[in-house]
Amino acid sequence: MDISLDLLFNAIVSGVLLGGFYAAMSLGISISFGMLDIVNISHPVMIILGAYLTWWLNEKFGIDPVLAALIMAPFFLLLGIIIYRIYYDRFERDAGGGDSLRGLAFFFGLLFIIEMILILLFGVDYRNVNTSYTDVSLNLGFVSLPYRLLIPCVLSVGLLLLIREFFRRTYFGRAVSAVAQDPLALQLMGVNPVKIKGYAFGLSLMVAGFSGAMLMIIQSVQPAAGREYIGLVFAVCVLGGMGNLMGTLFAAMILGIAETMTSTFAGPSWAPAVSFGLLLLTLAFRPQGIFGK
Amino acid sequence: MKNNSKFLLGMLLFGVVLGSLPFLIKSEYFFFAAYSVLQFVILATAWNILGGYAGYVNFGSAAFFAIGAYSTVAGFKLQLPQGVNILLGTFIAGLIGLGMGYLTLRLKGVFFSIATLALSVVLLTIVINTPFLGGARGVYVIVPRESPIGVGQYIHWLYFLILGMAILSIIVARYIQHSSLGQGLMAIRDDELAAEGLGVPTLRLKLIATTISGAMMGLAGTTFPYLITYMEPTAAFNLSFAVNSIAMPIVGGLGSWLGPLIGALLLGTIQQVASVTLSSTWNLLIVGGMLVFFVTLAPNGIMGIFKKK
Repeated sequence: MDISLDLLFNAIVSGVLLGGFYAAMSLGISISFGMLDIVNISHPVMIILGAYLTWWLNEKFGIDPVLAALIMAPFFLLLGIIIYRIYYDRFERDAGGGDSLRGLAFFFGLLFIIEMILILLFGVDYRNVNTSYTDVSLNLGFVSLPYRLLIPCVLSVGLLLLIREFFRRTYFGRAVSAVAQDPLALQLMGVNPVKIKGYAFGLSLMVAGFSGAMLMIIQSVQPAAGREYIGLVFAVCVLGGMGNLMGTLFAAMILGIAETMTSTFAGPSWAPAVSFGLLLLTLAFRPQGIFGK
Repeated sequence: MKNNSKFLLGMLLFGVVLGSLPFLIKSEYFFFAAYSVLQFVILATAWNILGGYAGYVNFGSAAFFAIGAYSTVAGFKLQLPQGVNILLGTFIAGLIGLGMGYLTLRLKGVFFSIATLALSVVLLTIVINTPFLGGARGVYVIVPRESPIGVGQYIHWLYFLILGMAILSIIVARYIQHSSLGQGLMAIRDDELAAEGLGVPTLRLKLIATTISGAMMGLAGTTFPYLITYMEPTAAFNLSFAVNSIAMPIVGGLGSWLGPLIGALLLGTIQQVASVTLSSTWNLLIVGGMLVFFVTLAPNGIMGIFKKK
């Protein structure tokens, strides 16, 4: 087998671009699972919900996906607050650390409900959005970067860094980190941990909605597409270290590159196994993540 | 063990009534539907051994089911007899359950759950890329038209097989529930740290439960290729197996062998009716809806509702 250098280089470049976008997809899970200890299995289908809303906004009003991401944000924030309220009332309050079995089953059921409602409303066909930059590339001499991948990557990495600063510098952000470490102590300081967690969970769904809009720029989407990303988002979250946002970014890049390399050199039919396989290996041999001690 | 004779009598009655159906009903479609419901009885019962007794969520029912189904496909291609295929699929699924458990059960419970989710996709990708197992396109499993025992047609034979397996699974599940293994698993569910402290060998019990549960799910899959005669990956790795085997025990009531049986009979029958009158999309919507409804509003399932009164 001859591995041409050109092919290798292109695989790495598109892997990095894809990895940036994967960072946004996993960012929400890093917040909900990594920081808040809420195992939101339905996160990927929330991304698909965001993608469909983006498609609908574009189809009906001609709104650009990037703008759609902003418009959808309040909706997803509210959805997150409502879902967390139910989750807290039913599974977290009495059990202390969370009734993990029923909480997991709850999100798993939610995943199917949203997916099936999307199928009933929009059918199983692939939907796509065409923008002025869909088929254009940025040419940098020997390498060409398609805007279709470049824009989601840049915006995703930007969002991740923004949220990271937000968590480090603002009162709310510090409260979220505190609630992850010791909710009781926070309560004694006069902060309501339930409210904080609700907003933070809402933030994680806002990021899901944003990722959906970005996904719509990158490729066409069908209702069940979320399932492919379940392994990916959890793999990135665990690999990067729970709740470690910079770790999430690097892990997402590693996964993006691993996936495009596999597609290029072993065939696209092997690509789905990459993230899931990496997840299994991480859980088995390095559950604290690559950057953990 | 209390009420042993009552339970065995009940199971005998269950077997005799359902076993006599092929002599009474002619429709082949009926047995196709009844087979699916009984298949869910096994899956739900198997899931409950780990999920209901020990509180560990397995999202990978479809994977274990598919291991059973695809080991039969391999056995069929090697011209092994059906009985060997059934045993082989059960054994391999149990072995993979043990391996999965060994790698992930030392971590927090949710990591095991996430890993089982991953298992389905990894195995699906392997099957798709293995031409011997039919790849993405699928493979024919030719079955004779007549039943090997001389009663009815081949579908009736498969129906007797799955009925026998279902009864066996229920007996095993009940036995575990009342044994020291079951008591240990329930101690793990209620407070794993305390159980560990009191000398319960938690890891070993969890591994035994994962192995038995996985083997049972594999068992349910071993006769599936004979039923549908054309095996394609999407049929075996269908996520509806995963959501159903979680929803049925939760709807019926966790922690007892009776819960998954009630849940599987109820949800299985509803879905058979719905798939004729509505569509498979509605099927999954109903199951997902029932799961969320019960888990939030009636966490102890149908059995919990009746126990209160």
